[in-house]
Amino acid sequence: MSRTLTRPGVLAVRAPARAKPRDRSGLVAHAILLAAVAVLAFPLYYAFVISTQTLSQVTSLPPRPWPSTALFANYAEAWQRAQMGRLLLNSAIVALGVAFGKIAISLLSAFAIVYFNFRGKQIVFWMIFVTLMLPVPVRIVSTYQVISVLGWVNTYWGLTVPLLASATGTFLFRQFYQTIPDSLAEAAQLDGAGAMRFLWSILLPLSKANIAALFVILFVYGWNDYLWPLMITNTPEMRTAVIGIESLVPRTSQLPEWNIAMAAAMMVLLPPVAVIVLMQRWFVKGLIESEK
Amino acid sequence: MKRFVFRNRWLPYALVAPQVAVTLAFFFWPAFDSLRLSLYRASPFGDRLIWAGLANFERLFRDPAYLRSALTSLVFSFVVTFAGLALALLLASLANAKIRGLAVYRSLLLWPYGIAPAIAGIIWLFIFHPSYGILPWLLSFVTAYQFNWFLKGWVAMTLIVMAAIWKQFGYNLAFYLAGLQAIEASVLEAASVDGAGPIRRFFAVTFPLLSPVTFFLFTLNMTFSFFDTFGLIHSVTQGGPGDATSILVYRAWKDGFEGLQLGFSAAQSVVLMALVIGLTAFQFRFAEKKVTY
Repeated sequence: MSRTLTRPGVLAVRAPARAKPRDRSGLVAHAILLAAVAVLAFPLYYAFVISTQTLSQVTSLPPRPWPSTALFANYAEAWQRAQMGRLLLNSAIVALGVAFGKIAISLLSAFAIVYFNFRGKQIVFWMIFVTLMLPVPVRIVSTYQVISVLGWVNTYWGLTVPLLASATGTFLFRQFYQTIPDSLAEAAQLDGAGAMRFLWSILLPLSKANIAALFVILFVYGWNDYLWPLMITNTPEMRTAVIGIESLVPRTSQLPEWNIAMAAAMMVLLPPVAVIVLMQRWFVKGLIESEK
Repeated sequence: MKRFVFRNRWLPYALVAPQVAVTLAFFFWPAFDSLRLSLYRASPFGDRLIWAGLANFERLFRDPAYLRSALTSLVFSFVVTFAGLALALLLASLANAKIRGLAVYRSLLLWPYGIAPAIAGIIWLFIFHPSYGILPWLLSFVTAYQFNWFLKGWVAMTLIVMAAIWKQFGYNLAFYLAGLQAIEASVLEAASVDGAGPIRRFFAVTFPLLSPVTFFLFTLNMTFSFFDTFGLIHSVTQGGPGDATSILVYRAWKDGFEGLQLGFSAAQSVVLMALVIGLTAFQFRFAEKKVTY
């Protein structure tokens, strides 16, 4: 309590009085943040280490927390055993399909809502809003029945189309369109451009940042989604990666090949993590905007 | 406010058609059907539905296993949310200084968000593995207690809590750091001139100013731990041992898909629906007030 009061100079003579205590608190801050980063990174590092070890190294105590030489053997084995190529392809199709589909659908409906007057606009708006309250878990059995009536079980249609409605996306684009001055649309109309032309050549380029932000969030969501693909697929060929690699996780009675399981896990987690790291600026924007 | 509108009779309908079609077919109809199904039960051969009235709900709220599940869900979500947020806030406050390289730290903190709960679970499953895991091995030097999640419910619970917090922790911390950096130093200096110590300053000034961040993270973590952790449970513990980690969503799925008790599962979906509606209402009520002071 008295620490700052004994240094009344803090307020008056800013620069010199500040230098030293700031340095120390800076060191503490770096130490804490580095420790947090290290603790967070450890499980991933450890998983990677395990994925490079041989079976006997994995199962011997004490655990060896450094990489070994079996990296290629393990990844090749995991790739072949779980049909990783197919699993990753399925995940890529679902993640990209969900991301681009949701972006397209919500962009179009936001455009309609902001730039047109039409009967039933309020109803459409509220319908979209209500989907926020109906995530997959609250309609498990019934949604499955709709999919099976459509014959979409074990298809890419079934894996993507039912997820395409997006309240968050629609609201994000709606909010953004509302900030765009009317003069742009008026000018476009004077130049003889129709609504679609305006959307395509003016609105779309302006929306790039929002599209990128939404893309990161949706790609990660599509890639990592678990419950939906678990319900909609039941053959190994149509499983997505997060579900498909479960067969590699050793259960009690099996050979404890954790090195193979970890190799598979590393391959599955890499694409979404890479998207986040490479598109980090958009990711942060998306996190904040999509939860508003 | 927008004034300008394009004039076109049918175009707006064409533009909203895809969204409306998906919404009706895959959101509204199934939700309505869940409500309907929750009032029926399947005949013994599963070929037709028998009117059951509110019997499914009655059974639900009398079923000790279901009530245990509800409690498990609550405990799990609250521990993940509160422990995760409290720890993040503590570290962020301790590390709150004008330092260089905050953007770098942000990159190093945010990546775990990209890991699927199911994959996070598999990694932590090995860390907790009773025979080969590094954690039970370390603990064996301290205690003779068998730290075995296959056998002990609370260890299994700890395992999934750790995996869930691990996945969320980085961005909780990143958001709190950003929130703290946004607080004007002069406000805190004014408080300390008024004689407020660090603890007092934190609770009287910093914490209220951070309430929008806390609120944002709270809803995000609650929704995550309640619904998105299904994959974590399914791939790691399968609700066990016993039903120690059988959260509500997992149970609704299991009763519907493995137990084929459609009406019973639908009734569980209806309860979950009520919960989501409550959570959303809560979110919008407070979001409107902005939760700043």
